[in-house]
Amino acid sequence: MPETVVTAHSPAPAGTGVRELTFAEAIREALAEEMRRDPRVVLLGEDVAEAGTPFKVVKGLLEEFGKDRVVDTPISESGFTGLAVGAAMAGLRPVVDIMFGDFMALVMDQVVNQAAKIHYMSGGLWKVPMVIRATMGATRRSAAQHSQSLHAWPSHVPGLKVAIPSTPYDAKGLIKAAIRDDNPVVVFEDKISYAKVKGPVPVEEYVIPLGVADIKREGRDISLVATSSMVQVALGAATMLEEVGIDAEVVDPRTTWPLDEKTLIDSVRKTSRCIVVDEGYYRYGVTGEIASVIAEGAFYDLDGPVRRIGARHVPVPFSPPLEDATVPTERDVFEMARQMCNK
Amino acid sequence: MTTATTPVTAGVETGTPLRTYRQMLAIRLFEERVNDLYTRALMPGLAHLYIGEEAVAVGICEALRKDDYITSTHRGHGHCLAKGAAPHLMFAELLGKEAGYCKGKGGSMHIADPATGNLGANAIVGGGAALATGAAWASKMLGQDRVAVCFFGEGALGQGVLYESMNLAQLWKLPVVYACENNMYNEYTHYSETTAGDVLARPAAFGLAAEGVDGQDVRAVHAAASRMVERARRGEGPGFLLLNTYRFRGHHVGDIARDYYRSKHEEQRWMTERDPVALHAAWLMSEGLADQAMLDRIQGEVAAEMDAAVEFARNAPYPDPRRVDEDLYA
Repeated sequence: MPETVVTAHSPAPAGTGVRELTFAEAIREALAEEMRRDPRVVLLGEDVAEAGTPFKVVKGLLEEFGKDRVVDTPISESGFTGLAVGAAMAGLRPVVDIMFGDFMALVMDQVVNQAAKIHYMSGGLWKVPMVIRATMGATRRSAAQHSQSLHAWPSHVPGLKVAIPSTPYDAKGLIKAAIRDDNPVVVFEDKISYAKVKGPVPVEEYVIPLGVADIKREGRDISLVATSSMVQVALGAATMLEEVGIDAEVVDPRTTWPLDEKTLIDSVRKTSRCIVVDEGYYRYGVTGEIASVIAEGAFYDLDGPVRRIGARHVPVPFSPPLEDATVPTERDVFEMARQMCNK
Repeated sequence: MTTATTPVTAGVETGTPLRTYRQMLAIRLFEERVNDLYTRALMPGLAHLYIGEEAVAVGICEALRKDDYITSTHRGHGHCLAKGAAPHLMFAELLGKEAGYCKGKGGSMHIADPATGNLGANAIVGGGAALATGAAWASKMLGQDRVAVCFFGEGALGQGVLYESMNLAQLWKLPVVYACENNMYNEYTHYSETTAGDVLARPAAFGLAAEGVDGQDVRAVHAAASRMVERARRGEGPGFLLLNTYRFRGHHVGDIARDYYRSKHEEQRWMTERDPVALHAAWLMSEGLADQAMLDRIQGEVAAEMDAAVEFARNAPYPDPRRVDEDLYA
């Protein structure tokens, strides 16, 4: 894999300056802009202040916004996430940093039983405008407890919204929308993408509404519905497929909830074939849900069953050849697509 | 039908011992009607009665401002009422009616009321700990001087998030008071079987101001709560109150046969010797602040209010099932 992946399709408003930013830089810019715009926005989490997180995503925000708004916490994920829920109810707009998405397991009571339900349980009396930023993605040789992609978990729970950006452009626009949303929103950021994925980001301010998919590459023969880092995998596969005469469309839902079902279904109605690629566990996950939405919505246009490629159903192992065997690759997508197109 | 939220008996002014009596009595009579609705199969689900613990909620909430925050528990009716919730809207919620505080979506264990600073009752034991701490953080960050009180039972002493929250509160000097209602039973298990060491040593380990109080003595509770609340309001940091009290009834309204975890003798002793409402009534009379006629008049008025509240709730319509998806997202 190359050191840096330059993202393909990223719509930018005409007539503005456009820079190349890394995934991490785009996220940092989103946070900084929203913190400038709204003094109620605060960041909290482990090592977010001076350290700027181990991934350096929020590096520099402490200097601009000070210790009151960029807050280092104890290693108490449940405590500080629950604290953010209460603070959101009482007038702040907290952005919680969950260093490794695996630690979602530690905060699920606060997220699932508190944040997700408070608005509904109170008959709409209380709101919980907060964002949880968590990481995802394997291949960092970090083993089973620092490598999972658990975005299916919050996607399963009514009351939450879940964004899963794949490009710097999308990451910036979706995080800004998440911060402005009056509901709890969980954003999953691929760790490898932070430094590796670069792409155009306009200077001019923009927000991407939650629940709008994006066609990353147009094609006629097969739809590759992909999320997060799997969008780059799908785009790579699409390039390989082009060489064998298959024109693949790559569709990025960008949010798993709300889910832009129409764009997904319309794509498959056009192409009549579909593979869903996601880095979450294969079983009972995002690929299963999206495949069923497409099967229900585009059944009479399908040439065959919707296929799925997810992470292998094992804990993420440490040893590089073992770990690499758990993550979907361009070759996996290419071969499955080729077989489905009979070429 | 009454819809007044705070009816005032002549001579029962806010902040007076008579008002305290009236508030405790309101909880007692509210809960007796809850039990009645349950036993007559007029209420869906279950409820956890606060009878016997009235002095805790009233003593603490009388030390709070209307805009101060509370978080409450599955045994939360007393906290809601003491903070100023309207009984008829509470009964409507308990019966699952559209007119209820939460439009019938929350029920007994989830009553919330922003108008009185009630962040909501919580059916996860210890669920309010981080929320109250967060509200206190927001109050401080926004330059307000609102205090948050986190009510929880001694069963929540087993939850780790309570200690994460107290640690954060002390580190950041947050205006929060943790009010531990030790009614002696974690559901059906005596707390001594679940709780190691000295309870007050736990908050003390984090440097919180911590105090044990007779939870059946409303004046003692009020005095201790006032100290903790005003200290927190002044920015001097969080506090912890251990309120020793007793659950007169079962864990919930259906918990009738209790012999296997506590004796009738024990219950009788608490009810005859340590009833917070009776103790306060006796004190009022001994001090010449009320005579029996006055107390009877208050009793009559509160009973009438509660009966009207029940009537309102029973006559209120259920929500339209087509509205089940509403309020999922703001």
